[in-house]
Amino acid sequence: MPGGPPHVALFVTCLVDLMRPSVGFAAVRLLETAGCRVTVPADQTCCGQPAYNSGDRADARAIARQVIDVFQGFDYVVVPSGSCAGMIRKHYPELFADDPQARGRAEDLAGRTHELTSFLVDVLGLDALGPMAGFDGTATYHDGCSGLRELGVKAQPRALLQRVDGLSLREGEAAETCCGFGGTFCVKYPEISGAMVDAKVDDLLATGADTVLGGDLGCLFNIAGRLQRRGEKLRVRHVAEILAGMTDGVAIGEPVRD
Amino acid sequence: MKVSSPRFKDNAREALADAALRESLRSFTRSFPLKRQEAIARLPEFDQLRDIGRAIKDHSLEHLDFYLERFEAQVTARGGQVHWCRDAAEARETILRLCREAGAKTVTKSKSMVGEEIDLNDHLETHGIQPIETDLGEYIIQVREESPSHILAPAIHLSSGQIADTFRDKHPELPAQRSLDDPQTVLEEARAVLRNKFLNADVGLTGANFLIAETGSVVVVTNEGNADLVMTLPKTHIVLAGLEKVVPTLEDGTTILRLLARSSTGQDTATYTTFCTGLGAEDDPDGPDALHIVLLDNGRSEMLAGAFREMLRCIRCGACLNHCPVYAQIGGHAYGWVYSGPMGKVLTPGLLGLDHAADLPNASSFCGKCEEVCPMRIPLPKMMRSWRERQFEEKRTPARARAGLRLWASLARRPALYRWVMGLTFGVLGRMGRRRGRFRRMPFAGGWTAVRDFPAPEGKTFLAQWAERKASER
Amino acid sequence: MSDARKDILERIRAGLGRGPLAEGAISGLEKNLAAPTRHLIPERGRGEGRALVDRFRAEAERANATIARIAAREDAPAGVAAYLKEHGLPTAIRAAPALENVSWTEQNGLTAGFGQAGADDAVGVTQAFAGVAETGTLVTLSGPQTPSSLNFLPDTHIVLLDSARIFAAYEDVWTRLRTELGSGEMPRAVTWIAGPSRSADIELKLLLGVHGPRRLHILLIDGQGG
Repeated sequence: MPGGPPHVALFVTCLVDLMRPSVGFAAVRLLETAGCRVTVPADQTCCGQPAYNSGDRADARAIARQVIDVFQGFDYVVVPSGSCAGMIRKHYPELFADDPQARGRAEDLAGRTHELTSFLVDVLGLDALGPMAGFDGTATYHDGCSGLRELGVKAQPRALLQRVDGLSLREGEAAETCCGFGGTFCVKYPEISGAMVDAKVDDLLATGADTVLGGDLGCLFNIAGRLQRRGEKLRVRHVAEILAGMTDGVAIGEPVRD
Repeated sequence: MKVSSPRFKDNAREALADAALRESLRSFTRSFPLKRQEAIARLPEFDQLRDIGRAIKDHSLEHLDFYLERFEAQVTARGGQVHWCRDAAEARETILRLCREAGAKTVTKSKSMVGEEIDLNDHLETHGIQPIETDLGEYIIQVREESPSHILAPAIHLSSGQIADTFRDKHPELPAQRSLDDPQTVLEEARAVLRNKFLNADVGLTGANFLIAETGSVVVVTNEGNADLVMTLPKTHIVLAGLEKVVPTLEDGTTILRLLARSSTGQDTATYTTFCTGLGAEDDPDGPDALHIVLLDNGRSEMLAGAFREMLRCIRCGACLNHCPVYAQIGGHAYGWVYSGPMGKVLTPGLLGLDHAADLPNASSFCGKCEEVCPMRIPLPKMMRSWRERQFEEKRTPARARAGLRLWASLARRPALYRWVMGLTFGVLGRMGRRRGRFRRMPFAGGWTAVRDFPAPEGKTFLAQWAERKASER
Repeated sequence: MSDARKDILERIRAGLGRGPLAEGAISGLEKNLAAPTRHLIPERGRGEGRALVDRFRAEAERANATIARIAAREDAPAGVAAYLKEHGLPTAIRAAPALENVSWTEQNGLTAGFGQAGADDAVGVTQAFAGVAETGTLVTLSGPQTPSSLNFLPDTHIVLLDSARIFAAYEDVWTRLRTELGSGEMPRAVTWIAGPSRSADIELKLLLGVHGPRRLHILLIDGQGG
């Protein structure tokens, strides 16, 4: 590539940072293997979705300004989450609709920001990626709503998973149906959210897969949490873990093996 | 119809506990999306037509005053009359007056959501006029004294057996031993009962899918043909229409009609689409002697200003309901008013006021499916968010939620403090949850753990581990 | 009432953030109303000749209509009689006055009355203004020659359609209507009809004949017969 390897900033997202750091390391490994120079800006926190989706526009804007500052100067910003990437790509420019200068900066960041699997496939290209790790199992993929509908992430994770030796993919009939997470929605309306995740879990179980994969930890925690409450054995992982061959750690919500 | 949207949470809870309802919803929310997909596959230009349809409606709304005046002029020139009504009360009074002037005892009605919006049936009954719903689903819920649970399929929440029981109860004049074992026999009974009502009604009342400014036509779409009987047989025809229904020309209406049936029932076209224009020729043996068009504002003109104008593009196809994962679980009654599903979450606060619908714009996971399928490309999630913003600005968001949000936001804006607080908190949680891998209960997370386990964090945060890794590399 | 009209128009203009439209703007809008723009016509609404007839037929059948071809208008009574006999239906028909000049009763065993349909008429026979190939839809006009009650009251709905009047798209019919009736003229009711009356209101089961026609039969006059 002209001018050396692309300089990528990882926006790790609050859920990966606080809950499941291994997804962040998996993302770093994937990016570095693909020839990127990866930086993790230390002053990153949250993308502002909780405030934005709760109607707290002022705080959402303040947080967005901070994110825009922190991620200045990189060729790309890569996010292992469809909903956080969607927030930056689609909603940051809307947040500053009335402020041309800030809007310009928001659009600049939006243009450089990509969801992880979409970055690997659409920006770097499959040819740039090395051979994938293997995984012995049958997986099914849950399409997170924001990634799917705001960013068009659908074929990319599947194209990548196809390169994983030993993995077979079985599609759920309702792979594109919301799991009922929806950020604060799931705690504000637990009964409705619970019914939605039950429907999702039924669909996942019907595939006969042993592992559920997805690109958004919010959905995956919701799905894993419901599966485990129902006593089901289906395991749940972020797609980056499989792609990077980092499945030595336990699946989401599983006890640590000592 | 009566408003119960302030009780949304209780309504939803009751719906979730209703096994029969959820069974109906399951089959219904599978079948409609599939049919729509098949219909779209037969019309590759569907998305292009959506763009054109949106532009037609936007243009119509931008020039709404002009097109309404033109529509009125055309109706008047063809012997009809237009009645402008500012609100529900005015529309109810106008229709009652028109019915009385016609000497009406019974009024046959084809499905009109605006009729539900203004609570028309109650008003007519109170004043001694009997309204008769003639859409099969509407008739069923009318005799059950319920409200529609879906704008297209009002009785979708009922099984054939439930309907048969209702008919036995409400048609006591028929033989008790008759068979009502399947949908066909139930239909035959409704057909026979309604046939007499059609023939004997004094006034026919329809809604309108579109109003055409060019010709003064009212476009009415049905699969049953009931609206055509309603507007062909009685001596007076009253049309009740929201004022946002007007489009400029027959060609404009035609383009949007290509979207309507495909989006709603997955048909290429509805069975009957009638362009009803004025009183017709003197020697036309059918049709009414009087045509009245009641144009209703009821909050619509206010929606023209600001964040909700695009909602007025809505053509009431029901696609957003048919595809909504929240609607799929709770059905239409939970929303507590005539407009349910995603469209209701935006329209109800707009037409009734946010006070009466505080939960509606919040009870969405923002999955975006509604916007994806909306033939008019209405950004429904964005408008729900606008309502949430208004609630937040007006400090109607619950205090605890506000406090939580402020705390999170203030931490998020102080990265060093954030790293320190989160590092401590999640480190502790990680150690506590390590052995089991998850928590069955968590303080401050009752909404989460009510229905699902909470996964234990791995322990040390990514940012902390990354900082250590970078330090060790140096 | 005029107060309400004035108030609503003012509210609309306030909502739109403007006063009444300027003369120039109005004349632009008038121009479009006088000569309406056609929008995109989908592929299935284009084409000509036999292809249109074939498409009309296929689409009408998809909408649960049945179709038989007859060579000429004069063959309509035989076509009607054959259809009624085949389905064991009553042979007393109520026909549109437009069809009075066809010989209905000779040799066909039919009894025919003409005019609007009444409650007891079991079979209505009328003629369509046009057909639309894109969805197999009939276009009927109300009026003394073709009373609209014939379309909605009888159990059996039989419609004559001249294949020369099958158009590709709905828009072609609007154009023809404006040519034949004069621009801006409309009969009281123009009805698009695709198949017989139906509902899926009970458990999503498709049931035909909710109110009016339980069956729609189209006699297509195309000079070919059979």
